[in-house]
Amino acid sequence: MTTQTREPAISVRAVTKSYQDLHVLRGVDFDVAAGSIFALLGSNGAGKTTLVRILSTLLKADSGSASVHGFDVSSVPADVRRSISLTGQFAAVDGVLTGRENLVLIAKLRHQRNPGAIADDLLARFSLTEAGNRRAATYSGGMRRRLDIAMSLVGKPPVVFLDEPTTGLDPQARIEVWQTVKQLAKDGTTILLTTQYLDEAEQLADRIAILHKGTIIQHGTLAELRQLLPSAKVEYVEKQPTLEDVFLALVGGSSDTTDEAAIPAGEESR
Amino acid sequence: MTAHVLSDTGTLTGRSLRHILRSPDTIITTAITPIALLLLFVYVLGGAINTGTGESYINYMLPGILLITIASGIAYTAYRLFLDMQGGIFERFQSMPISRPSVLWAHVLTSLIANLASLVIVIGVALIMGFRTGASVVDWLAAAGILVLFTLALSWVAVMPGLTAKTIDGASGFSYPLIFLPFISSAFVPTDSMPGPVAWFAENQPVTSIVNTLRGLFAQQPVGNDIWIALAWCVGLLVVAYVAATAIYRKKIS
Repeated sequence: MTTQTREPAISVRAVTKSYQDLHVLRGVDFDVAAGSIFALLGSNGAGKTTLVRILSTLLKADSGSASVHGFDVSSVPADVRRSISLTGQFAAVDGVLTGRENLVLIAKLRHQRNPGAIADDLLARFSLTEAGNRRAATYSGGMRRRLDIAMSLVGKPPVVFLDEPTTGLDPQARIEVWQTVKQLAKDGTTILLTTQYLDEAEQLADRIAILHKGTIIQHGTLAELRQLLPSAKVEYVEKQPTLEDVFLALVGGSSDTTDEAAIPAGEESR
Repeated sequence: MTAHVLSDTGTLTGRSLRHILRSPDTIITTAITPIALLLLFVYVLGGAINTGTGESYINYMLPGILLITIASGIAYTAYRLFLDMQGGIFERFQSMPISRPSVLWAHVLTSLIANLASLVIVIGVALIMGFRTGASVVDWLAAAGILVLFTLALSWVAVMPGLTAKTIDGASGFSYPLIFLPFISSAFVPTDSMPGPVAWFAENQPVTSIVNTLRGLFAQQPVGNDIWIALAWCVGLLVVAYVAATAIYRKKIS
């Protein structure tokens, strides 16, 4: 974790992956600058998760090459694993263990000194201190996802993959996750996130790549992508509050959700 | 990375054991079927079974019951591994810099500890029901050693469906034939009372030699060749299951 590289934190070249006749990735190329947030935007089945699984060494590409934090994913996967963490689409927390025990477990597996202190610190950062001694299975969807992301930060990996981090979350929980992601990037972590929500990419990403049918059909900053379309027309439209504005105004913003009721997460996220 | 095999295995075993401590019903349900069989055979059927030995019937059939306990216990081993695979925590572990064999060893060691706990319960009930042995410490150690080897071997067998099953039923269903195996052995009735081909199968399958060895150890009788045949079966099964399970695992994670 000491190698400070100014080369791209993630580099993907001509990566392909097929399952029998199904060509999931047909030659994907992109770079992610260190310390930036990169959003991989695409509809379901576009190949986002497959790409994340290749980058996090869970899957091997058929051809092409990819490196993360300067390490090639196929020749030195162990070095890649030391540099990354993965938060999957379905929150991978251990429901039988408490939130704190989950964090201690990951800290021990990452061979950190003082796992207990790391766990307490992360619980506090993610507003989970009070819930820390409850089993994770009793958490709401948003709390589970916060715990999941907290687990990803144990040991301060320089590159974090967030695979659809807000799928299945309510609007408040989404905003909380967004704030966390922004803070992480501010602290210098490189983040690759996949999402099918356009507004999420718009809110968070320094650069956006659109993955469609297994290739990147366009990428750039939000401003660059906007320029692809004819310049803005001036139209007079009555500004209606969106339903999200109304919802957030009624339930009182996003800050007081730390004591969410203990709804079993399964009920909300399915 | 390999330097961490032991500590990673320890950490992950601690996690699985915590699962068991929080739902100890898995240990109890593992023991219930064997205990029910114990009651059935001792108090209902046993009176009509002539074992041809001077032993009480419970002394005669306890070794078979112990093997049934292990065979039903490892269904949970496959089940726990299957849940890890489904839940996403398995992938989280795979994306982390941890020793890769540790993930499986943790499940196997947990299986061993949980099964030993169930065996202690079953032996306790058997003692209440009149099981008696004059076995020495060495005899007990030998019996425990064989039970440990048998549990390890079957636990590695259980890893295979745990890794490959598509449904929960698929993950745990493989154990039914194993639970049934002791019935076609010397566990409950002498094999010479069976018709030719069945007797041949019974005499040449692993359960018979293991049962005969345990029975001999508990009755302080010479175990003869049976102990070596039993050991050969256990070690052979352990090696084959270990090699096959780790091959499936490598294929799965690469």
